[in-house]
Amino acid sequence: MVNAFLAGTVVAVIAGAIGYFVVLRSSSFAAHALSHVGFAGATGAVLLGLSPIFGLLVFTVGSGVVIGAVGDRVRGRDVTIGIVLAWTLGLGVLFISLYTGYATEAYALLFGEILGISSLDVEVTAAVAVLTLLALGALYRPLLFASVDQELARAKGVPVLALSTAFMAVLALAVTDAVQVVGVLLIFALVVTPAAISIRLTSRPARAIAIAVGLSLAFTWIGLFIAFYSPHPVSFFITSLAFGTYLLVRVLQALRN
Amino acid sequence: MTPLASVPETVVEAVGLAVRYGSRTVWADAGFSIKRGSFTAILGPNGSGKSTLVRLLLGQLAPSAGELKVFGEPPKRGNHRIGYIPQGSAFDPDFTVRGRDFVGLGIDGHRWGVPLGGATAKRRRIDAAIEAVHAGAYADRPLGRLSGGEQQRLLLAHGLVGEPELLLMDEPLSHLDVRNQAAIVQVIARVVRERGLTVVLVAHDVNPLLAHIDGVLYVANGRTAIGTPAEVITSESLSAIYSAPVEVFTDRFGRIFVAGLEEEASHPHP
Repeated sequence: MVNAFLAGTVVAVIAGAIGYFVVLRSSSFAAHALSHVGFAGATGAVLLGLSPIFGLLVFTVGSGVVIGAVGDRVRGRDVTIGIVLAWTLGLGVLFISLYTGYATEAYALLFGEILGISSLDVEVTAAVAVLTLLALGALYRPLLFASVDQELARAKGVPVLALSTAFMAVLALAVTDAVQVVGVLLIFALVVTPAAISIRLTSRPARAIAIAVGLSLAFTWIGLFIAFYSPHPVSFFITSLAFGTYLLVRVLQALRN
Repeated sequence: MTPLASVPETVVEAVGLAVRYGSRTVWADAGFSIKRGSFTAILGPNGSGKSTLVRLLLGQLAPSAGELKVFGEPPKRGNHRIGYIPQGSAFDPDFTVRGRDFVGLGIDGHRWGVPLGGATAKRRRIDAAIEAVHAGAYADRPLGRLSGGEQQRLLLAHGLVGEPELLLMDEPLSHLDVRNQAAIVQVIARVVRERGLTVVLVAHDVNPLLAHIDGVLYVANGRTAIGTPAEVITSESLSAIYSAPVEVFTDRFGRIFVAGLEEEASHPHP
């Protein structure tokens, strides 16, 4: 349980932080795609006798770099991404069927099984999180600039394409971590929803990031706490808290207008 | 600030400049110089290569022939002596970044890492830039919620806050209605005068600018012509540029109307 809280805390912080940029850059679909591609990597890794996190990391970072490097030159990009991710999910299903004794691992990968996380996994998760935070810190200003107005940033000498690639790679790291907690299919709950809420509450970037991190932590902690006393999956509680809060904020704002 | 003696008089100098995309020549043999403190409008029909000139000045494109100097040197990317306001920067309605934060990015947005220290000085510079364009009333609102005119003022503040010497604006008036156009031109003219800036502004209608500009750089039909509005925007001058009969009329308010520009002349086919 302690491991779950440690890993959950660490993941919530980076998911909330990078989530702000994901929402700002309208890259939530790409983020979703990364986790699906990662699924094929994770299941493939297990098939090869390797740790699933390793496969997850390699595949998400690899596809992240490709998506970032292609930039936004390619129109209909979301269609291409969707087609590729559907296939990778199918690949993952194949890998599952090729490896016997898979059921719980597959479930954990898809929906998260943070309560069963090992100490080693916590360490790896924490290490990846630290790396992600450092990278995000280093990229902060030009990333914000390029996300707000790419044209202007480019004119001021910001290496927009390289930055976009680096961002996707860092996002891949964050997604790999987030998968530990909520699984491949539900990373939106930690990466996108908190930031989507905070962006509705404030227009100041630093504040929005802080609020997103706070919300992400709250959803994770409360979710874990409830799950401890309940037979139901953690990820259900986390996603429900996230969704519920988002709904509340939308309703309150609609009533106020 | 550089001492007056070493401040060069000519901010932009072009000699025999040409740009070609493959076999298509956008324009050739352009020669002009832009003096410090002047207000120049780049005019011409769509597709004539006005934005190409902007990209050359920003160092984003290399000329195919000839020489271009900005502040006495070849153009380089990310030149902070140039305050650039790009075309078509209309933020969509759910764009949530605050105007003030956007202006702040003009100071250090290009620097790596997280801002450390100097917050007070930075805030003062942002306040000054927002004051200069009279955007104080709405600078704390999300950009997406602002009108076109308000966004344009904050874009201008963003361009000014980096304390540039040359202001380069690509069609800042295109999205605005007539009243807002007049208002923003007033703001630009005043700010430019106060700070001694040089302005190069791309527009497709010279009328809102007539009262303030010193010179016109007309780009059309693969040719360029530079001079005062009275020299360049005449029937003779434009007919020569377009190689077609063009008539220039002036109404009693001093507004200029150009007639005779058929589709072929104004949109060169590749």
